[in-house]
Amino acid sequence: MSSGNEKIRISDLHAFYGESHILHGIDMHVMQGELVTLLGRNGSGRSTTLRSIMNMVGRRTGSININGRETIDMPAHKIAHLGMGFCPEERGIFASLNVEENLMLPPTVRSDGMSVEEIYEIFPNLYERRTSQGTRLSGGEQQMLALARILRSGANVLLLDEITEGLAPVIVQKLAEVLVTLKERGLTILLVEQNFRFAAPIADRHYVMEHGHIVEEVLKHELKAKTELLNTYLGV
Amino acid sequence: MATFLGINLFGLFGQLLVGLINGSFYALLSLGLAIIFGLLKIINFAQGALYMVGAFFAWIALDSMGVNYWAALVFVPLAVGAIGVLMERFLLRPIANEDHLYSLLLTFGLALILQGTFTHLYGSSGLSYAIPEALKGGTRLPFMYLPNYRAWIIVASLVVCAGTWYMIEKTKLGAYLRAGTENPALMQAFGINVPLIVTLTFGFGVGLAGLAGVMAAPVYAVSPEMGSNMLIVVFAIVVIGGMGSIGGAILTGLGMGIVEGLTKYFYPEASTTVIFVVMVVVLLTKPAGLFGKEA
Repeated sequence: MSSGNEKIRISDLHAFYGESHILHGIDMHVMQGELVTLLGRNGSGRSTTLRSIMNMVGRRTGSININGRETIDMPAHKIAHLGMGFCPEERGIFASLNVEENLMLPPTVRSDGMSVEEIYEIFPNLYERRTSQGTRLSGGEQQMLALARILRSGANVLLLDEITEGLAPVIVQKLAEVLVTLKERGLTILLVEQNFRFAAPIADRHYVMEHGHIVEEVLKHELKAKTELLNTYLGV
Repeated sequence: MATFLGINLFGLFGQLLVGLINGSFYALLSLGLAIIFGLLKIINFAQGALYMVGAFFAWIALDSMGVNYWAALVFVPLAVGAIGVLMERFLLRPIANEDHLYSLLLTFGLALILQGTFTHLYGSSGLSYAIPEALKGGTRLPFMYLPNYRAWIIVASLVVCAGTWYMIEKTKLGAYLRAGTENPALMQAFGINVPLIVTLTFGFGVGLAGLAGVMAAPVYAVSPEMGSNMLIVVFAIVVIGGMGSIGGAILTGLGMGIVEGLTKYFYPEASTTVIFVVMVVVLLTKPAGLFGKEA
């Protein structure tokens, strides 16, 4: 494949929080339109990988190319403008803003983002509750909002951290449908996920992480053959 | 003399007016403090000193350059705001990740330096600044005489406070500020230059003190101590209103000015302590302040 449609390429990435060395030389890449997951146990460095891409860790070394541009020395606020949308594990809904203000908050990073009407069509609950305080929403609605606001910004590479955590199965199902729709639209998604049954049917590839290393890459068609191995790594 | 139930109405309304004037300054200063505390979590002890600097700038500009009051109203807040920008960028930012005690001590030290410098240059006796020509004179109301300049202070400070409140609570820029207060790292990840917003916010909050200083120059003596006298009361007001609450700072500022004015009329001995009594009562019954959100 040509590197022209490579959205993210990470080489020898090390990340640190203060004195702790969290990532030990990560190498990975994500192609345009791919849905890739980072699997692994808690504390294996999956969230840190996403946060490193957004330059939200204490210190990082190595190389992170986004759309072919080196970003390792780029200030954090410039990275979103490369078309990156980040959805943090804690969802990061702002309590001091209402639902609509939360939705409109991230600056537009690309011109072809979803319109507010389109977003309300996909997430009708958000429309009904648009004047409520952001944190008054249910967990599922907050997750929809966290996802909706980066879609409105026009981001075309989504970094999603544990978006199904603690949500009811019916909501998880809805999120899976949304991700499939987004993938059909050509968006690129890097997903940190604990819920393997959620990720398996929709992802193209999986990276398995352990102790700050990538220990395995699993393609979609290899899932069956490598189930045993995955179970050992994920401890399920 | 007009009396009602044995109350001297001239005296009462006179003190109410003084209270409202003081309240206007309290509101402007505590608003600046609340904005700065809200976003930066810095308790800016230099706020009073910068208010004093604002008054001196206005006086110096008029005295040695002939810059009139109206021009000073525009350029002094900008100049004081610029001092704030430099202060944040070069003094406060390097210690932004340290304990809040460091920034508190730093701003306190700066306040002392500023106050000392102006005492050295201009003495401590106080200088007078003439009321601008257009605002001389006054209006005779049924129960009181209302000097035009005092009316102007009240109106101008209300407009500035309301405008600032609107900007922070109702606009997109304000949403950035409020969200930046909650989760600056995520705001950065959304592509917002948070350090720049922090610097400008500090400059704006400090600029409000400069504006208050210009407005105060014609009513209070311009003296190096004018800021430190004000600051302690203003801190009490911010605590009563609820740390970081914008609306709380404005309403409490005006309200406490009036409470002080009324106390001056009914029981003058208590007038300098009444605000602290209110603070104690509020802290005991509503620790987050009247308009603060419970943690």
